[in-house]
Amino acid sequence: MGVENDGGERDGDANIYRISGALTITRAASTQREIDAAPDPLTIDLTEVDKIDTVGAWLVHRAVRDRDAKIVGASTGTSKLLDQVADADHPTRVYPEERSGPVRVIAEIGEATVDAGKTVVGLLGFLGAVLIGFASIVRRPKKFRLNAVVQRFDLVGVRALGIIGLMTFLIGVVIGQQGAVQLQQFGAEVYTINLIGRITVRELATLMTAIMVAGRSGSAFAAQLGTMKITEEIDAMRTIGVSPVEALIVPRILAAVVMMPLLSFYAMIMSLLGGGIYVWIDLGIPPLTYIQRLQEVVPLSDLWVGLIKAPVFGFIIALAGCFQGMLVEGNSEEVGIRTTAAVVQAIFLVIVLDAVFAVFFSQVGWI
Amino acid sequence: MSEEPIITIRGLSNSFGEQVIHKDLDLDVRRGEILGVVGGSGTGKSVLMRSIIGLQTPDAGEIEVLGENMIGRDELAAKNIRRRWGILFQNGALFSTLTVAENVEVPIREYFPFIKPPLLDEIAGYKIAMSGLPPDAGPKFPSELSGGMRKRAGLARALSLDPELLFLDEPTAGLDPIGAAAFDELIVNLKQRLELTVFLITHDLDTLHAICDRVAVLSDKKVVAVGTIEELLALDHPWIQEYFNGPRGRAASAGLKKERRGA
Repeated sequence: MGVENDGGERDGDANIYRISGALTITRAASTQREIDAAPDPLTIDLTEVDKIDTVGAWLVHRAVRDRDAKIVGASTGTSKLLDQVADADHPTRVYPEERSGPVRVIAEIGEATVDAGKTVVGLLGFLGAVLIGFASIVRRPKKFRLNAVVQRFDLVGVRALGIIGLMTFLIGVVIGQQGAVQLQQFGAEVYTINLIGRITVRELATLMTAIMVAGRSGSAFAAQLGTMKITEEIDAMRTIGVSPVEALIVPRILAAVVMMPLLSFYAMIMSLLGGGIYVWIDLGIPPLTYIQRLQEVVPLSDLWVGLIKAPVFGFIIALAGCFQGMLVEGNSEEVGIRTTAAVVQAIFLVIVLDAVFAVFFSQVGWI
Repeated sequence: MSEEPIITIRGLSNSFGEQVIHKDLDLDVRRGEILGVVGGSGTGKSVLMRSIIGLQTPDAGEIEVLGENMIGRDELAAKNIRRRWGILFQNGALFSTLTVAENVEVPIREYFPFIKPPLLDEIAGYKIAMSGLPPDAGPKFPSELSGGMRKRAGLARALSLDPELLFLDEPTAGLDPIGAAAFDELIVNLKQRLELTVFLITHDLDTLHAICDRVAVLSDKKVVAVGTIEELLALDHPWIQEYFNGPRGRAASAGLKKERRGA
């Protein structure tokens, strides 16, 4: 602290370590090295210390504690500070205890397995609670919260139109471009239309919409409900006698189930539009021909395949989002973890289900 | 207590959009005192603290801390000042991904990278003990602590560099009366041991009576009065009278008198 130090010095056989000037945290590292280097038996002379802080006092204290060093020349203030740090000498661990390597690996596998099992059981239980919530609303339609549902329709559906439209338009363009490049090699570029029509209507429009809804709305559901859990809003609701499942979760799930097919249909149109514009510009196929050709090659069953999947995906996304949101407990860090889990779970389940649907529809002959 | 000011504020003005928080605010904090800052909700107590520590750039005014001008200085120069103060935020503001002991070590690692474990861990250990936490609190994460323990951990981090100046933002808010009294005692104790100057924002009348050397009253966008509670009571300001002579104010001062007679 601006004070000149000449450091410590050793005095012949007596091993006197003299400290002068300011003994503070600024010179803690060097002082520690010097004290450690001084041989036993050690005497520390503090006569010339004009300023000392707790770190300085601690350095002296640990020399006394570990090496039985003698202190000479400490002023009253300094010896008081030395007593105080000695009082506070309760060693603490810095990190939580950790298990050894192999044990830890086994323990982590075990914990992950138990966690996964609990999640599956919890999700099933949550599904049950949601179905009961729906049933009680069907029995007593007065409980249906129209305002909440319409508001969710707006958030999940209408506000997603821009980003989903742009995304699927570009996907249509990309499929058209890639298809054209490959098919041109054997002069079959007209089949680009088959490719665009079938893959977007049957698969990609719904799947991409589901992924976007999971990222936009599934995460929002988890974050909203999680925050409400932390601020005890959900507990307040329960004590007033309002069921959180009926008031919060049913509207969200309903919104996702209703909006997903509408968004998917819109996504199909947008990707066909993107593909159409691409083949018009690059391959010179006029829009009328494009539409005629689409009618010929895309069976109506493709549209049904795409649209039947959509509400199921919507249900899964909203269920995962709400489930993870309701699992939040404790601090705000948990909200982030649960929101991530909601999106990962939703997208994973959507893709698994998509595979199941693909096999199913092929088996029933909608090829 | 010397008369030399450690913080000098002249003509401070702060506003958020249309809303004026401070206008021509003056305040001196003397070296070695515990200055309590009181004021109704929304009078800008926290904004005042944030202006002093440089988290809020004021519209106008001069702020001098430890003899150095705080406004418009570059980061490197500001760092040297930051080393000499400690701040306890309202909710502790502990880093949630680090353990309590690691939290205490953060400022030391930042400013004194040559201090290595085990010395570093020992320093964290005695700081934690000095803040009144049990030794087993060191390896715990902030989420595992109660509100009172989080405040103590925050205090341990604020004290990690042996600061000359300590800022406390409502340290006893949310603590039970026993915990709050213990915290008051801890602050007085640390102040005497470490020769601290304390800038204390509080709503707690018991704290004001028990530990503050002087109290500054924020009202009408400025500091309307600074002085001991007796001096403030002699003033004829309606808010001050209501604050200290309201039912809660009287109870707090009566409690203190009883305590003094008992002692």
